[in-house]
Amino acid sequence: MFKIVEKFKYTILLPVVIILIAAIMLGVHGGFEQDVEFLGGMTMYVDMGSEVNLDELANFVESNTPENINPVVQRSEGTQVSIKTNPIETEVREQLQAALLEKYGLTEEAILQVDNISPTVGGELKRQALMASLIAAVLMLVYITIRFEMRTGIAAVVCLIHDIIIMIAVYAIFQIPINSNFIAAILTIIGYSINNTIVVFDRIRENYGKNKRASFAEVANMSIKQTLKRSFNTTITTLLPVLMLFIFGVTSIRQFTIPLMVGLLAGTYSSVLMAGPIWVALKNLQVKRKQKKATR
Amino acid sequence: MGKSITKLVIAIVVIALGASIALFGFDIQMFGWQISYPSALDEDNGIRQGLDLVGGSVITYEAQTESATDEEMTSVENVLRKRLDALGYMEATVSRQGDKKVRVEIPAIQNPEEAVQTLGQTARLTFRDADGNVVLEGTDVASATARFGQIDETSGDQHFVELKLKDSGVSKFADATAAASARKDGTNYIAIMLDEEQISRPSVTTTINQPSCIISGGFTDNSQTRELATLINSGNLPFTIQDVELRSVGPTLGERALETSLFAAGIGILLILLFMLFVYRLPGLVADISLVCYIGIVAFIMSAFRINLSLPGIAGIILSVGMAVDANVIIFARMKEELELGKTVRASVESGFNRAFIAILDANVTTLIAAVVLYYFGTGPIQGFAITLGIGTVVSMFTAIVVTKFLLRQIVGLKIKNTALFGAKRRDDRV
Repeated sequence: MFKIVEKFKYTILLPVVIILIAAIMLGVHGGFEQDVEFLGGMTMYVDMGSEVNLDELANFVESNTPENINPVVQRSEGTQVSIKTNPIETEVREQLQAALLEKYGLTEEAILQVDNISPTVGGELKRQALMASLIAAVLMLVYITIRFEMRTGIAAVVCLIHDIIIMIAVYAIFQIPINSNFIAAILTIIGYSINNTIVVFDRIRENYGKNKRASFAEVANMSIKQTLKRSFNTTITTLLPVLMLFIFGVTSIRQFTIPLMVGLLAGTYSSVLMAGPIWVALKNLQVKRKQKKATR
Repeated sequence: MGKSITKLVIAIVVIALGASIALFGFDIQMFGWQISYPSALDEDNGIRQGLDLVGGSVITYEAQTESATDEEMTSVENVLRKRLDALGYMEATVSRQGDKKVRVEIPAIQNPEEAVQTLGQTARLTFRDADGNVVLEGTDVASATARFGQIDETSGDQHFVELKLKDSGVSKFADATAAASARKDGTNYIAIMLDEEQISRPSVTTTINQPSCIISGGFTDNSQTRELATLINSGNLPFTIQDVELRSVGPTLGERALETSLFAAGIGILLILLFMLFVYRLPGLVADISLVCYIGIVAFIMSAFRINLSLPGIAGIILSVGMAVDANVIIFARMKEELELGKTVRASVESGFNRAFIAILDANVTTLIAAVVLYYFGTGPIQGFAITLGIGTVVSMFTAIVVTKFLLRQIVGLKIKNTALFGAKRRDDRV
């Protein structure tokens, strides 16, 4: 027999473990790794044309910039390097760029990408995304309450929050820097996760009406089973293009696909294994309360 | 049956033709007539490609003031636009972001440093006496022109900027020169300042009462005089603005980003088409046709409205492709159940649709709510994502409910008896 609801105590373990590891990692590292986009600062991607000595390059950058800008030089891909610093003035950047091109005999085309962002900008983007997500969640809850019932809405939003927490947790565990791509990915998952969960609840709504005598758990199990293949196939078809972008894309696009894939998997996990059981728990709670009231 | 097959063939031809026109455009020359429609990938008339995909710079300026009025911000936008034109960036766009920010996008620019500085200059032109009092302002100037030549008989050829004064300026300038020339030696000058930088400090010996004057001294080439003239002509900013964000993607990287994304999207869609065909057989083929139709419509809408497609926008598209396919998956899963209950193909298609419709509607409306909220409250990247997600959601509902249904009905009309083609297992005991 198909017993997703009864096995909830096992299926909840995986997300709990992931979140615990993330919490420990956060404690160890003292917070999230944030990209210059959020901290403010300058990032420059330069194609050096050949393998260069990174220490030498770092020294060169340091000697050509004012103190206290903490330059960090890293290899990014092939002969490309990234230079990250605290926020710097346009003139300083221009000087550094010119010195760099001259020293390594490069042309302007070697400068692949430059981002220079003041600390206030990232904070605003974060606030905006958070605000918009919260409002969206509330409105979705209202819609689901109208079309289904409130407990379905709560269960759907809990799944949504789960998916986002898992994405954040994976970032904390692997210390991937958080940037605006990550926010775009979270927004994508908000859309996807709800969509996925609603299909399961649509079945529950239908089966609940047809099988008045079945328990909540039986209805949920039945519905999850009936939608299982669809959930599986949809995940595959949504993952395919993301996976292709991951395989063939350039660095910035690839960075963006990682949180997307994590979110897609989390979304499927929660809509198949968690949405139903949470709904059952909420419904049972509701019935118990009603009985209590009745006996009083 | 004949009727169904005709309708089916016509539908497929129309979809294939429409999608290929939307994606690749056409260009026909016949009898001296030229009919053409731009490809979705056309740089000038197709989908607007985000600067993170084609290369270019996005610069955000923030007003350095407590609060800026709507009028002031509009004047900032106008000044920036004029300056961009003067610098030769005709393709650049300027847009407001929030209350105090203006976003400038310049495509295909290799070195944005110069643009960042020139654009952001306050360019408040003032004439001041020796005590620092402002005697004439930039607003009193009608126009400025960069010139090269002799200023007076004693000097050689040099670069200078000629100012034409407004009527208000002429009298002010006459008063100021009268006052200055009356001063004792050493302080009888009028300083010409751009912001707090002194450009020129001519001595004044007599009252000047004429509608033009000259800024000279220190200019070594005509790019300096041109820049100054540009700044004066494009007017003053009402307050200082600071570049708080610069994102610049070189054209080399941008080109590669676009190429690889397109390639990945192509392969991804091809794999989806194969997957659907393999798993759902005949209905899978229908889903494939309606997915092609979906892609055509999205490409058409995005190029017709010249919607900006950047990285987050691609995410929105991917998600909506997923949902377009998903709607078909839901319909077919329902149909299959109905078939396995022993219903006829025709009855299964109809009731499969009706039962799937509610699920598709609810799932898409919730996603649409998210898209609308994100568009309304977001800016820049968040809005870009919301637009493509919104368009994609609406179009995917249309293709699933209208196109897929139409195609399936025609297939039903072909009177195919073999339910295995619809992916159903045979259940003879139930028939």
